[in-house]
Amino acid sequence: MYTQALNSPEEGSLAEDAVRASRFQARVDAEERIEPNDWMPAAYRKTLVRQISQHAHSEIVGMLPEGNWITRAPSLRRKAALLAKVQDECGHGLYLYAAAETLGASREELVDAMLAGKAKYSSIFNYPTLTWADIGVIGWLVDGAAIMNQIPLCRCSYGPYARAMIRVCKEESFHQRQGYEIMLTLCRGTAEQKAMAQDALNRWWWPVLMMFGPPDQASQHSDASTKWKIKRFSNDELRQKFIDATVPQAQYLGLTMPDPEMTQDAQGHWRHGPIDWNEFKQVLAGNGPCNRDRLSARRKAHADGAWVREAAAAYAEKRARRQMAQAAE
Amino acid sequence: MTAPSITVSETPLVLYTLRRADDALILGHRLSEWCGHAPMLEEDMALSNMALDLIGQARELYGYAAKVEGRGHDEDKLAYLRDVRQYRNLLLVERPNGDFAHTMVRQLFYAAFADLYWRGMMGSTDATLAAIAAKSEKECAYHLRHASEWVIRLGDGTDESHRRAQAAVDDLWAYTGEMFSVDGSERGLIDAGIATDPTMLLPEWLSIVSHVAREATLVLPENDWMQQGGRDGRHSEHLGHLLSELQYMQRSFPGATW
Repeated sequence: MYTQALNSPEEGSLAEDAVRASRFQARVDAEERIEPNDWMPAAYRKTLVRQISQHAHSEIVGMLPEGNWITRAPSLRRKAALLAKVQDECGHGLYLYAAAETLGASREELVDAMLAGKAKYSSIFNYPTLTWADIGVIGWLVDGAAIMNQIPLCRCSYGPYARAMIRVCKEESFHQRQGYEIMLTLCRGTAEQKAMAQDALNRWWWPVLMMFGPPDQASQHSDASTKWKIKRFSNDELRQKFIDATVPQAQYLGLTMPDPEMTQDAQGHWRHGPIDWNEFKQVLAGNGPCNRDRLSARRKAHADGAWVREAAAAYAEKRARRQMAQAAE
Repeated sequence: MTAPSITVSETPLVLYTLRRADDALILGHRLSEWCGHAPMLEEDMALSNMALDLIGQARELYGYAAKVEGRGHDEDKLAYLRDVRQYRNLLLVERPNGDFAHTMVRQLFYAAFADLYWRGMMGSTDATLAAIAAKSEKECAYHLRHASEWVIRLGDGTDESHRRAQAAVDDLWAYTGEMFSVDGSERGLIDAGIATDPTMLLPEWLSIVSHVAREATLVLPENDWMQQGGRDGRHSEHLGHLLSELQYMQRSFPGATW
């Protein structure tokens, strides 16, 4: 727990804080990385803990919809690839919890907040994976949207988060190719397979667009995050980049975008029709199709595993005691 | 429409290879069921990793069985289009995961055997099997270390973990004997230097498992009645359910490419 001790907020006068804050902002403006032992404003620390832990929770809850198909994957090759991918997501979660711990939070308290329903995770994982094509769409679009969000985070002002993102993005881009390849195989397959692919796109498209968060006028966190160089692009900018990258890919697959109002403007941007922000609000409020299932699956794993974690702790303590006793002899 | 099962022409070498492939696939499938539901994230990673090792072993073995059979089957046809009576895995590996203690004790029993077995197979006169053995042995040595450490932790942990670990040992013990049995079909391969004789591995396996049990303060059962049947396709009721999940896509969409 040394990170906590090192990061305990130092006592200081308000005047001193103002000096530190301006020095901090100058470093951020100069594109320097802020490291765990550096002074940082309490609000910066709080924002990062919130964002990094939400990101970690998303990776962990995100294991569930894809995990739903590991035992039913249609070939041994697909089964191995999917299992490896879900394992990667778990690794990202661990990595991110570790990044949050450099800010003085503990993994246990962060996980407890998620299990209590007090911390958020990405809204997208509250939708069900109904067919195999959903695994293709998740890789192609959900991971594609995640990459779009995370590439700028590789330059985030907070060093441990930025470095974590570099590694995560590399793996995510592999996941995206895996997803697109599943889609390509389906679209080149039987009519039934192609219909499965189109149905999956229809169901996931709008929820994927919501992954970028509310429209810019309605976003609560952007201003401070932008000043601190945690966030480099607005929600709407990233959403537009994603759509522009995705539409030609869908065309190549021979799939129809499930948005009758989608048109290309004079600058070449694909403009989308209205997003149902009420649906987004409802999913965040706990009313998505799978919110209850996801939380109860995580709670069950945590509760069922309690005796195992207790046993590991008890054994470690016994062993340490025995070693002490032996050393004393 | 559903895809019908294939018929495999089970020469001794095909049958032999399928048995090992089925062991690896079924245990890999069972371990993969934990993904997202393990007691801690580190174990989600470890169990998935071991599942991946085993599925990888299965793929190589199925590929070789298909090649030896020479009837145009492949790894997926062998995995997805044989029914429960055609599966040749050990009864031990199809046991449901149960609690974490059951999963770890099952893993200990199997990995302690598989590590010794693949080490023996590295000297096989069949070059393909020897190469698969060399890779599998490394993986199973790690699986054994991981399972041993957990069984010791659980056995010597809390009262509850001890009780659960002992119950797992008691429940699974009767499925260990099948690992060491040899039938006529395999005897010929052993005599030809292609297969390792598992009966020779029993003393060392017992010594490894007894050592772990002692460290874990667990008692190995005295009951020496051993269940048999998996190698001949006489399985528990659990395998059919596992296969119906595993094979759902290939059975539901005959002939499709994924």
